[in-house]
Amino acid sequence: MAGTRATEDLRLVQISKEFETFTAVQPMDLTVPGGSFFALLGPSGCGKTTTLRMVAGLEAPTTGRIHIGAKDITATKAYQRNVNTVFQSYALFPHMTVLENVAFGLKRKGDSAAMTKARQTLDLVQLEQVATKKPAQLSGGMQQRVALARAIVNRPDVLLLDEPLGALDLKLRRQMQIELKRIQSEVGITFIHVTHDQEEAMTMADTIAVMNKGRIEQLGDPATLYEKPASTFVANFLGQSNLLRAQITGAAVDGVMPASTHDHDVWVAADRVPDGLRDVWIGVRPEKLRLGDAGRNQIKGQVTDASFTGVATQYLVAMPWGFELMVVQQNDGSPRAGVGENVTLSWDPGHEFVLDQSQAEDAGSGLVDG
Amino acid sequence: MADLAVAPPVAAPARGPSRPVRRRRRISWVPYLLLAPGLLWLVVFFVAPMLTTLSTSLQEGDVDNGYVLTGNPDVYWQALQAYWPQIVRSLMYAGIATLLSLALGYPLAYFIASRRGRSKNILLVLVIAPFFTSFLIRTMAWQSLLASDGGLVRKTLGGVGLGWVYDDFGHLLQLLHLSPNGEILYSPWAVVWGLTYNFLPFMILPLYTSLDRLDGRLLEAAGDLYATPRQTFRHVTWPLSLPGVVSGTLLTFIPAAGDYINSRLLGNTNTVMIGQVIDSQFLRVLDYPLAAALSFLLLALIVAMVFIYVRRAGTEELV
Repeated sequence: MAGTRATEDLRLVQISKEFETFTAVQPMDLTVPGGSFFALLGPSGCGKTTTLRMVAGLEAPTTGRIHIGAKDITATKAYQRNVNTVFQSYALFPHMTVLENVAFGLKRKGDSAAMTKARQTLDLVQLEQVATKKPAQLSGGMQQRVALARAIVNRPDVLLLDEPLGALDLKLRRQMQIELKRIQSEVGITFIHVTHDQEEAMTMADTIAVMNKGRIEQLGDPATLYEKPASTFVANFLGQSNLLRAQITGAAVDGVMPASTHDHDVWVAADRVPDGLRDVWIGVRPEKLRLGDAGRNQIKGQVTDASFTGVATQYLVAMPWGFELMVVQQNDGSPRAGVGENVTLSWDPGHEFVLDQSQAEDAGSGLVDG
Repeated sequence: MADLAVAPPVAAPARGPSRPVRRRRRISWVPYLLLAPGLLWLVVFFVAPMLTTLSTSLQEGDVDNGYVLTGNPDVYWQALQAYWPQIVRSLMYAGIATLLSLALGYPLAYFIASRRGRSKNILLVLVIAPFFTSFLIRTMAWQSLLASDGGLVRKTLGGVGLGWVYDDFGHLLQLLHLSPNGEILYSPWAVVWGLTYNFLPFMILPLYTSLDRLDGRLLEAAGDLYATPRQTFRHVTWPLSLPGVVSGTLLTFIPAAGDYINSRLLGNTNTVMIGQVIDSQFLRVLDYPLAAALSFLLLALIVAMVFIYVRRAGTEELV
């Protein structure tokens, strides 16, 4: 039963979930384009797993509808949905062999070629050699791949991955990230990946929805989220941010606007400033700040910490007003600064992002201006 | 071999060519010490009586003139010829009671395992609560519950105008040849009912243990993989609870097969079980060799059946 093509969109319409004591997911709309690798990213308790479970049919939404293509699947049970999940705990059946685990879904659907397809899928995840073993005899990474094979063998409309790499060590996780991406492009199924690891989400996903407190803070491709975060939460949750308290002091001239931060005059790209905003946060990523005066905006400070990581050097630079900025200097041969040295930091207009100052500066936790 | 020159006085087992053992191999006594009380117990209360029984069954003579160990095994053949119906009946009653216990106990154990916190503990205490009263008293209680004249069930039903339910049930039992005369008490049905009642907790507790350990996420995963609730039960819940099913059925079947209280208190002369025969041969007829031979036959039969059953169930493959 190949059924509907795996290219149909998943649409959540005003979906919400309330538990007895709290609201896990605020009413939200979300469309996941068919065939895409989509990530739901957020800290624990942000409602991402609850959203996933509602799509899987393991949790009934309090309000809202779930559609796959033209079909409304809101009222259907988990076993009636052409949606499969890779569980965080893998949830492999301990009394079945790897092959039986993988063939389980197809057998329930009455597929007469279940075993053949299961073998092919084990091939895809490079586990054909352990087909007759029990899950307990496999390593964590192998179990993870069995769980993946058990889900994709069914060619679901949507594949849900609930923190699937959470239990793996760092090196294995990197491998599996690449592996997952490869498998996704090979099978062309819509993947929805739930994770709290921003790097993982950015590495793998075409589109990321950043969730916080039961709602979607921002939706976009990884580069947009990183370069133009819409909120301090997103700015801090995705990578490091230096947030400077600033005021817009004039109108745009040649595409840049004058601003003042702690009595330093700086220029910001006009198209980055939301209309009519005066009190703002100017956010600059550590790798956009440069040591030296090559950039148009310049601030002086003193290096308080320098750590060399090989690829780059990471500095903490104290500002005259007490705040420390983080700077990442690529190991590109430019001179390195030592601790205690007075340095000039600079960046060019357009390398910053501008946010409303009424937002909590420490949302999502990061470096903030006092 | 150079090893020999430095071979320690302690007799070292031939372990192939190895470096000389400098450290004297110390025998750790602790495990044996810990095992000793249990082993002693088994020797005194299990091995010794077994040997005595075996020897008794191979003796000949009578109470007045004493018994002599002759080693004549004919008594086994005689015992089998005389009492095979009781043996077959015992195994049948015990088998039915075991199946009934499983049918009653499984949903109950599943329900308890699915509860949380306090209510779970209360339910578990309720399961073992009957053990606070003696086995004999509890079985006698069923006499006064089921009796046709003045029994509590008959009286209560009669009190609310449902006396006919009791009577009709008796007639039904008679139709099904489960009661000789339409009486509920003193019928094969009552014996099986008593066995089921008495051994039900031995079924529930192991079932509960394996169902309680069952990972709920596996059931979710099965549902996610297109298994209907019924298929989830068949392919996931049931196989994973098999260790509990096997130990529960063994703990029910084995004592039920040798039971002699239920058939005596709740049955009639046509429901005599093998335990009852052994009891009367030992204590009333005083034919010790025959009684001992019957005991051994029963033991051998049960061990054989259990062996086949456990092999069939393939529990060793389960985690």
